[in-house]
Amino acid sequence: MFTFELLWNALVAGVLLGGFYAAVSLGLSITFGQLDIVNISHPAFVILGAYIAYMGNEWWGFDPILTGVAAAPFFYLIGVGTYRFYYEAFERRDDEALRGLAFFFGVMFIVEVVLIMVYGVDFRSVQAPYIGGNWEIGMIGIPTRMFVPCMVSLVMFAAVYLYLARTFTGRAILAVSQDRLALELMAADPVRVKQVGFGLGIATAAIAGALLIIIIPIEPSVGRLYIGQVFAIVVLGGLGSITGTLVAALILGVAESLVSTFYGPSWAPAVAFSVLLLALAVRPQGLFGR
Amino acid sequence: MLSLNRRGLLAGAAALGAAALIAGAPAKAAEPIKVGFSMALTGGLAGAGKSALIAMQIWEKDTNAAGGLLGRPVKLIYYDDQTNAATVPGIYTKLLDVDKVDLVVSGYGTNLIAPAMPIMMQRNLTFIALFGLAVNDKFNYDRYFQILPAGPKPITDWSRGFFELAMEQDPKPKTIALVGADAEFAKNAVKGARIHAKNYGLEIVYDGSYHPKTPDFTPIVRAIQARKPDVVYVGSYPPDSVGMVKAATEIGLKTKLFGGGMVGLQYATIMTALGPKLNGIVNYDFWVPEPTLNFEGVEAFLAKYQAAAKGKGVDPLGYYLPTYAHAYLEILGQAVKATNSLDHGKLAEHMRATTYDTVVGKVKFAPNGEWAKTRTLMVQYQDIKDNELDTFAKAGTRVVLYPKEWASGKIRYPYTEAK
Repeated sequence: MFTFELLWNALVAGVLLGGFYAAVSLGLSITFGQLDIVNISHPAFVILGAYIAYMGNEWWGFDPILTGVAAAPFFYLIGVGTYRFYYEAFERRDDEALRGLAFFFGVMFIVEVVLIMVYGVDFRSVQAPYIGGNWEIGMIGIPTRMFVPCMVSLVMFAAVYLYLARTFTGRAILAVSQDRLALELMAADPVRVKQVGFGLGIATAAIAGALLIIIIPIEPSVGRLYIGQVFAIVVLGGLGSITGTLVAALILGVAESLVSTFYGPSWAPAVAFSVLLLALAVRPQGLFGR
Repeated sequence: MLSLNRRGLLAGAAALGAAALIAGAPAKAAEPIKVGFSMALTGGLAGAGKSALIAMQIWEKDTNAAGGLLGRPVKLIYYDDQTNAATVPGIYTKLLDVDKVDLVVSGYGTNLIAPAMPIMMQRNLTFIALFGLAVNDKFNYDRYFQILPAGPKPITDWSRGFFELAMEQDPKPKTIALVGADAEFAKNAVKGARIHAKNYGLEIVYDGSYHPKTPDFTPIVRAIQARKPDVVYVGSYPPDSVGMVKAATEIGLKTKLFGGGMVGLQYATIMTALGPKLNGIVNYDFWVPEPTLNFEGVEAFLAKYQAAAKGKGVDPLGYYLPTYAHAYLEILGQAVKATNSLDHGKLAEHMRATTYDTVVGKVKFAPNGEWAKTRTLMVQYQDIKDNELDTFAKAGTRVVLYPKEWASGKIRYPYTEAK
């Protein structure tokens, strides 16, 4: 069944969903795409961010997004500490390939188990004035529960993009995975640069987690569902490209939404990953990869 | 002064030996009866699994306080199946071969019951299952019993009430949309609904399934809305149920009857999160605090459960699953007592023939191990004005509409007005 009303609504829903996917993928785009660290524990940090937002909302009535923003500096420090440990234990000894992967698997499970021990396994949600609302603009409906996370995600992208493009440290983060030696010749310490980059990636998880709990109820293991999705987005966008990650997330969101609306929702993830395979067949480095 | 001779020594030794034998006999008798099972304590179903475990431990404690079974204490032996069906066969093999359990019951949910069935059948064990939908349809095992009150034909009995209610309304609905998750339970629920829709002559205008990790249900609800169905039947798991209700509220779903098989809307945390958005939805349930379902022992059990569940991050009310997790062990205990035996053949025979009194009321099994008569409730969320837990702990917010003998109120129809 095709109507233009359905089409426009599917496109808008897809963009909003893509915006959310982008927020979840941004940190991984930095840690995996730019720093070349296979941080598969990223979704676990997103869930941790979601629980912090839940805690702020449930205990003190704070807005989940503001809680996420407030938690971001702490997540930055967690990221710095995690990378430092990873560097000392694995990277410095050129042992990061397999053992580093096992390390991040371990981090993921530790985060999950700690959350289970602290919060239990029941589903958690937040309350906020923009959850449940809907704006009708002509034939298009915009659920505020999806619109607000999408806007926050875009602002976060813009901030990270400007930081990486306009500051010395930001450019150093972009450079570290491309030419570590050249960076050292510029008197920059690659380890410290990667530390900052990893911290930044984990800091975005605090905000992404807040966006996640606005959209769906969470429990400690829900992060596992998003591992494939976020890696696919980062690879589709092109490793190292922040713009590519945003575009890839929007493409996947729109593809899923169109398929859900017009064909069958069960095909949506398969079609999204088919887009990834097709894109990689044509352009192996991803949409914006070098 | 004591004098010892050979005869006296022999008599003393004999007396000591007899005393040792007598003392030894209760020592052996005090060996616990071990009940083994797997349970989802981590993973997607952990919320339900942990709350079930609390209920089962209450049964264990109460049974032991009352003297145990056959003069022996009972002991639950369990392992976390991680909500992963692949772990289940290994767990039951260990329970039977290493832990040497005397009795076995299932973990929570269809997906985690089915993998244990071949082992139970191979070893001829009586197996009581906790919330499996139509598991025995494929196995036809005569020592399988199941506590979910779906009914003897679980696939269709599950949604029978929803459709009977729909067809009683005036004007009768003519079209229906069916939507469910791509997972075992939801597929079975929607399959049953499809059969009813065809039998009642309802035109199926939408028949779709979705991947369980779908985060946004707006496009799906819009696609349904575009087809203007009179009835929307949903078979979903907790996160999807929340997504579906939120999307329906945001879009303003216009239909006459909405709900059916949405798992999660019975959980306290989800009910409090959704609050008034639930109004008007007609959905399945198994026990709600309505006066018609105030069975003997249920209040006392719930008081114990609610005290034990505090601070554990599980369902604080315990209506949905814990009552039945307690009941399936009650049945096992009653069968052991009545047969005075741990013989699996005798236990199965007793379970086939007996009506049990439990905290969820009277339970009688059909030949296929399901409930002899469906008691899958259809309840409608009514008059919910806030998101407080206490709202859902009192009568009148989840009104029982079906089966008629347990009804506690009347349907508000259509959904667009009831909400």
